[in-house]
Amino acid sequence: MFGYYLQLAVRSLRRNKVLTALMVLSIAVGIGAAMTTLTVVHLLSGDPLPGKSQRIFHPQVDPMPDENPKEYPPDMMDYTSAVDLWKAKRADRQALVVDSGIKLTVPDTGTPALMTTMLSASADFFPMFDVPFAFGSGWSEQDDANRARVAVISSELNDRLFGGGNSVGRTLRIRDASVRIIGVLKPWRPSPVYYMVAGGRFASGDTSAYYDRTEDVFVPFFTGLEINDGHFAQFTCWSVPETPGHLQNSPCVWLQLWVQLDTPAKVADYRRFLAGYAAQQKAMGRIRHAGNARMPGLMEWLDFNGVVPRDVKLQAWLAMAFLAVCLFNTIGLLLAKFLRRGGEIGVRRALGATRGAIFAQCLVEAGLIGVVGGVLGLLLTLAGLWVVRSQPIEYADLARLDAAMFAATFAMAIAASLAAGLFPALRASRVVPAMQLKTL
Amino acid sequence: MDVKPILSALARHRIAAVLISLEIALACAVLCNAFFLVSNRLDMMRIDSGIDEASLATVSLSGCDGCEAADVNGRVLAALRTIPGVRAAGVANAVPFGQRAGDAGVTLDAEGQRFGGVPHFYAFAPGAIEALGLRPARGRAFAPGDFQHAENFLPKDSQVWITQALADHLWPGEEAIGREFWVSDYHFRVAGVLAHFARPNPGRSQNGAAGAEWSVVVPVSADSLLGTYVLRADPVDLPRVAKAAREAVIRTVPEAVFDERWSRPLPELRQDFFRQDRSMAWLLGGVIASMLLVTALGIVGLASFWVAQRTKQIGIRRALGATRGDILRYYQVENFLLATAGIALGMLLAYGGNLLLMKQFELARLPLGYLPAGAVLLWILGQCAVLGPALRAAAIPPVVATRSA
Repeated sequence: MFGYYLQLAVRSLRRNKVLTALMVLSIAVGIGAAMTTLTVVHLLSGDPLPGKSQRIFHPQVDPMPDENPKEYPPDMMDYTSAVDLWKAKRADRQALVVDSGIKLTVPDTGTPALMTTMLSASADFFPMFDVPFAFGSGWSEQDDANRARVAVISSELNDRLFGGGNSVGRTLRIRDASVRIIGVLKPWRPSPVYYMVAGGRFASGDTSAYYDRTEDVFVPFFTGLEINDGHFAQFTCWSVPETPGHLQNSPCVWLQLWVQLDTPAKVADYRRFLAGYAAQQKAMGRIRHAGNARMPGLMEWLDFNGVVPRDVKLQAWLAMAFLAVCLFNTIGLLLAKFLRRGGEIGVRRALGATRGAIFAQCLVEAGLIGVVGGVLGLLLTLAGLWVVRSQPIEYADLARLDAAMFAATFAMAIAASLAAGLFPALRASRVVPAMQLKTL
Repeated sequence: MDVKPILSALARHRIAAVLISLEIALACAVLCNAFFLVSNRLDMMRIDSGIDEASLATVSLSGCDGCEAADVNGRVLAALRTIPGVRAAGVANAVPFGQRAGDAGVTLDAEGQRFGGVPHFYAFAPGAIEALGLRPARGRAFAPGDFQHAENFLPKDSQVWITQALADHLWPGEEAIGREFWVSDYHFRVAGVLAHFARPNPGRSQNGAAGAEWSVVVPVSADSLLGTYVLRADPVDLPRVAKAAREAVIRTVPEAVFDERWSRPLPELRQDFFRQDRSMAWLLGGVIASMLLVTALGIVGLASFWVAQRTKQIGIRRALGATRGDILRYYQVENFLLATAGIALGMLLAYGGNLLLMKQFELARLPLGYLPAGAVLLWILGQCAVLGPALRAAAIPPVVATRSA
């Protein structure tokens, strides 16, 4: 029966080509717009550390001296709190991170000095965030303690400076210090660069910078503080630091601590530990608002910072509204089309076709429009993503259709046209045969 | 024209009529909000930076470790000033549409209890103020003694200029000149008020569009700053001068890293800064155009269908004495009624959509003026779309009445 209905549908659609083209185009542009924007939202709001993100947490304490605590503790930590918590080693893994601008030169290669960013991180950073290595490895806790002059570089920097070869053992100069390369990363593109996300609520929705590339150079935490002293930027300060760029023991927050907690019991333990630490510091008179300590999970933290840029979300809303207009359009046109065939339907009903049969036939026709519209919509989605990729935005290179969104596009096209066809088909199947036959 | 027969005819096609009205309503809602979003973007992009951008360029260098500010500035400025066409040059910490250098929260009392907001602190040496052409609208110009040396961040106690926008925010309705504010133990006294002067990231700071012009200009001595230079030239010469400046700085300070990204004429920096807003405005424009097109096509499709369906009735009406004009007007009035119903609902939806946007995206309230504008646009669109099918209907000859269907 389906084959026959399909044949009828094709014949009916070919009878009025303009109307058919209108319906197909309407579905296609609606789907194209909706799926382009939804794909971008999907890519930007996805879990950057799938399978592990629920075990990663971002402890925070509130060292601000204001009389009344703010609603949330500051997004970063002061040196004393961050280093105390890190040294306590109460989590399965803990990583201190801070980034800063560096001047980088490579001895005896003749490449001119370049300015780039460096991440100072403690040893757990690499295993905790599953950072992939092409050559060599990260550093040990011992290296952290010894302030070892070692570095890991990004695959991009390795390509640029060493043509992509194994550069382990080579030396870099960061400002006035020499560091030995001990590891080279594989291409690594966390989106967003979640371990550095902070301050989203002050960004007025302009958060696309979170989707930029990672740092080029990674060094042990204390090594970084030592060799790039004077070049660190505060997140915020409650009074002006004495030496700009040197923030150890300054009245500033500028560090982030990430901890990995593998079981719910450990999470609960760590929360107690964090509250206890804040209370103890309050008793010592170092911090004022001990109750304002928090520990959001990674995804919760990304959500709190509103990492998906406001414009991207706005575009998705607009596209969905546009799709709705397109659907209304298709429903109206299909209804007109089906009811126009009242005579034909009346004859079929009089000859014994059930309502179900008429309904199925009309739905097949609507579905066919959906399939054609969906294929065209898919092409438009690919074109839309190509446009996004050509934009000068940080996440441009990420805008690609993955398998899930490919399937979703198709499912959406069919669902949309069936939804559009359902009502007109129902109306058509309700045609009273006698009335129609009389007018023939 | 009697609308009663039109209404009873529509009542027989209730569902199709409701559908087309709903489509118009939805289009009206999206249109009003999209227009509002576009106009917000365009307003932001037109912001008055308070300086003559067309004749300004900046050069920037970084990574000058261990450099002596006085020495480097001396060399750079000497090199810049010898470029033919350069009218003025000076050292600054930042420029509008460039890199931010000093956002800091201010308080209106020395104890730090009354928070005033987060303006951007520009630090300018005398040469930079001359190059930027900044002149206070009220209050006094800086005296040579106002340009103090700053060890760290800014001088401890300075006479400053602030913008009118910041003055209105800090002391609404009051005279700002002579007033004081603090950043922890740094003290500032307002010596002059600038009509306009944008912060480096207008519209993208914590306070959004409201804080776009919250700027403080602090006079400092040239040896307090390093790395960002601003120069003025005739707009015609600017591209050539900017290129020459780039080469001069690279040649003069080989020990530093020249910052390509931030060393450009100001019109280019502005262009770059608003690139995303521009593409968003284009995108919104595209959505508006597509939406209008789809709605128009929907109206054409449905009207054509109705005309085809009623061919015989139209013939009968014509045979009974109705003129072509009567038939034409019938479809025009019908469309007007459908559009009116859609627009009425659309206004409510537009308002609801705006509430949603306000909640989700911290947008401003939709000015009421957008609603009638959207309504008129959709009425015109409906009339244009229906004209073709209506003319075809009017062309149906009375003789059709005598034929069997």
